[in-house]
Amino acid sequence: MESKRDVLLEIRDLKIEGYSDEKWIEIVHGIDLTLHRGEVMGLIGESGAGKSTIGLAAMGYARDGCRIASGSVEFDGLELTTTPESDRRALRGSRIAYVAQSAAASFNPAHRLIDQHTETPVHYNIRKRQDSQEDAMELYEKLRLPNPREIGFRYPHQVSGGQLQRAMTAMAMACRPDLIIFDEPTTALDVTTQIEVLLAIRDIVEQYNTAAIYITHDLAVVAQMADTIKVLLKGNEVEESDTRSMLENPQEEYTKSLWAVRSFQRDQKARPTGDAVPVVSVENIDAAYGPVKVLEDVSFDIYAGMTVAVVGESGSGKSTTARCITGLLPPTKGRILFNGEELPADYRKRTKDQLRQAQMIYQMADTALNPKVLISEIIGRPAAFYGGLKGGALKSRVDELLDLIELEPSKYYNRYPPELSGGQKQRIGIARALAADPTFIICDEVTSALDQLVAEGILKLLDRLQKELNLAYMFITHDLATVRSIADEVVVMKQGKVVEQGPKNEMFTPPHHPYTDLLLSSVPEMDPDWLTTVVEERGVDNIGEAANT
Amino acid sequence: MGDVVNIVLKRLGLGLLTLFVISVIIFGAVEMLPGDIAQAVLGQGATEENVAALREQLGLNDPAPVRYFDWLAGAVVGDFGVSLVSQTSVSEAIAPRFLNTLFLAGYAAVIAVPVAIMLGIVVALLRNTLFDRVANVLTLTSISSPEFFLGYILILYLSVKTGAFPAIAKLSTDMTFLELLDRTFLPALTMVLVVVAHMMRMTRAAIISLLASPYIEMARVKGMPAWKVIVKHALPNAWAPIINVVALNLAYLITGVVLVEVVFVYPGIGQLLVDAVTKRDFPVVQACCLIFAATFILLNLAADVGAILTNPRLRYKK
Repeated sequence: MESKRDVLLEIRDLKIEGYSDEKWIEIVHGIDLTLHRGEVMGLIGESGAGKSTIGLAAMGYARDGCRIASGSVEFDGLELTTTPESDRRALRGSRIAYVAQSAAASFNPAHRLIDQHTETPVHYNIRKRQDSQEDAMELYEKLRLPNPREIGFRYPHQVSGGQLQRAMTAMAMACRPDLIIFDEPTTALDVTTQIEVLLAIRDIVEQYNTAAIYITHDLAVVAQMADTIKVLLKGNEVEESDTRSMLENPQEEYTKSLWAVRSFQRDQKARPTGDAVPVVSVENIDAAYGPVKVLEDVSFDIYAGMTVAVVGESGSGKSTTARCITGLLPPTKGRILFNGEELPADYRKRTKDQLRQAQMIYQMADTALNPKVLISEIIGRPAAFYGGLKGGALKSRVDELLDLIELEPSKYYNRYPPELSGGQKQRIGIARALAADPTFIICDEVTSALDQLVAEGILKLLDRLQKELNLAYMFITHDLATVRSIADEVVVMKQGKVVEQGPKNEMFTPPHHPYTDLLLSSVPEMDPDWLTTVVEERGVDNIGEAANT
Repeated sequence: MGDVVNIVLKRLGLGLLTLFVISVIIFGAVEMLPGDIAQAVLGQGATEENVAALREQLGLNDPAPVRYFDWLAGAVVGDFGVSLVSQTSVSEAIAPRFLNTLFLAGYAAVIAVPVAIMLGIVVALLRNTLFDRVANVLTLTSISSPEFFLGYILILYLSVKTGAFPAIAKLSTDMTFLELLDRTFLPALTMVLVVVAHMMRMTRAAIISLLASPYIEMARVKGMPAWKVIVKHALPNAWAPIINVVALNLAYLITGVVLVEVVFVYPGIGQLLVDAVTKRDFPVVQACCLIFAATFILLNLAADVGAILTNPRLRYKK
């Protein structure tokens, strides 16, 4: 059916080992993969599935502390596992390119973009510097970067995240490779920026007929980009098929569970009637970092037992609002009310009881929990500090809290955070917040670092706790699927201002504020034709950041 | 660039303030020394009248703040008063000695800094190999040995046994530059051995700490060879800590070389300071201390400026 000539990359029975605790442990257990010229394959799975490791192995590259143990990687007739490193290196530069997850971290901060772009072609004598610079500018223009003739001469910190990601795609194209590995290239971006980058990548890959491996954990994204999809779980293949049949008719249980993951949705609660006082009232606050004004006239209320989702892109002022409420950043204008009573702007002037009432859960449980402190102490400290508990009373309170977050007390009491999985760590973060016995909790992107199945578990837990303890939540997120599943009310923020707010169902039903509409319509859908449709509706020049202004 | 000038001016102001505080401390410390200065200078045999006359002559009867500001006013314009021992101008005594010290420090620095940074790069490239370990052990040995010991070893092998270099670094005015370099080679080499290890290890550590960065992985998957990854992608981001350690070591080369000067009989400021302390020549001691403090402050300022200039985030605004 297909001639051998069309096959660009053939991986057979690939096993990769990682070094930990002084021994080699197999992390990829025999993967087969065949990629044809011009074909785009999506690799999908949760963290730890081995997606990136396999992607890098396709370049004959293993990270420090990893090694290709056995199997074969044949690129265009060349067996990479037995080729000398210097030859593989030359191949990596010119014929296989890589686009990393965070362009902001993967561009060297010390060099201009265009110098990084021309580095490989000049090093391997593929193009002269002048020629390569000229080519970079053409690619920048094709990828719809603003000021394509000038932007390359900036340093990475002078360019926005979405633009950097496109500049990195341009850099990958510098030698016109046969294969590009895209490793979660839009995961760190806002939806309105993501759509722009997705379109740019799709167009350029099509235009040059480049084959690609597109790694992501987001099904809706991969549906737009890939011809075929391969699902991975813990270093094993679950199944592979072409995109449409995979979406319409997944075979394996695991795949089906991934597809169904966004089904959790709880009923929307209405505000209490009568003269109920909101737990938290934010009244007309302004805030600034030094001379830079970041919040302007922000107001909203949160009632007991309700969840208010604050959505917006990065830099819209969501987290700054949280910092104002907690008193970490005193607002320059306006006031914060707690059960109708005005709070001192600075947390240092608040009473212990005022501090106790409002707690926070953070995005990165990894960095929010001290790795050298026992779980019992992490949870016990706020219980002792605010509740004045000691000895046996403290221990039974910690046990009770562990029960609440569905972790068996006897098993977790004497363990350290690094021994726990991401979801378990986030549960500990929740228990720590609950230990103070608060009435109001700020959840700052608490699920965005987690896999979808795990995130769903956390959302369900938060929902149950809310019902049991009548908690008020301020839920900061940029993920509209999360909003849909747990919010009662939504506040949409943009550039430090509230552009729209109201009950969730109203927010998700037209007519919207134009910005809300842009946010909603930029969320990728599980339909392979979604991106094409959106582009037709909005027009190529009016997508993403361009539409945002 | 306006920002950089601003930062430098601010640091310079802070440096001057620090220097002022240090001058108070130096003056206060000398003031608190037990015994009467005039008595000490004249010795046990001096008569009451002689001591009183000297006190009057030196202005020791004035209250301390008055004397302090007199001294400071002179120091600001480079007049550190008159030596109690030789009765000549302190500035004139110090100037040639300080130039000698600067020369020796410069000589050692010109060798030590490039050698240390290059060695640091090489051991970062060959990290965890035999070469890395050997270089580590050798430089650690040299930094752990006292300077006078290193100096005498060098004299023994490079001078006494082989006669390759002179053991005594006496200077005279009619020497050519080459003769000067030859004459001072051993003390310079001793100092090089003392400072190389610290700078080399910092260069290695600063580079290696960056090797897990995503942009280093990017450089590798872009097909760059290992040396280019280190020199072009890691080193430019590692300058700030390296520059700081270099500045600290340069300051040490100027202010910490008393022992080396003694071993090689080199007429530097360190020897002058030791002599002045033994003879209780306080104006000289005060002047030397103030010069050392200023050296530290200036070099640290230079390190700050260097760190700013090598960081594009600070050089080019958004």
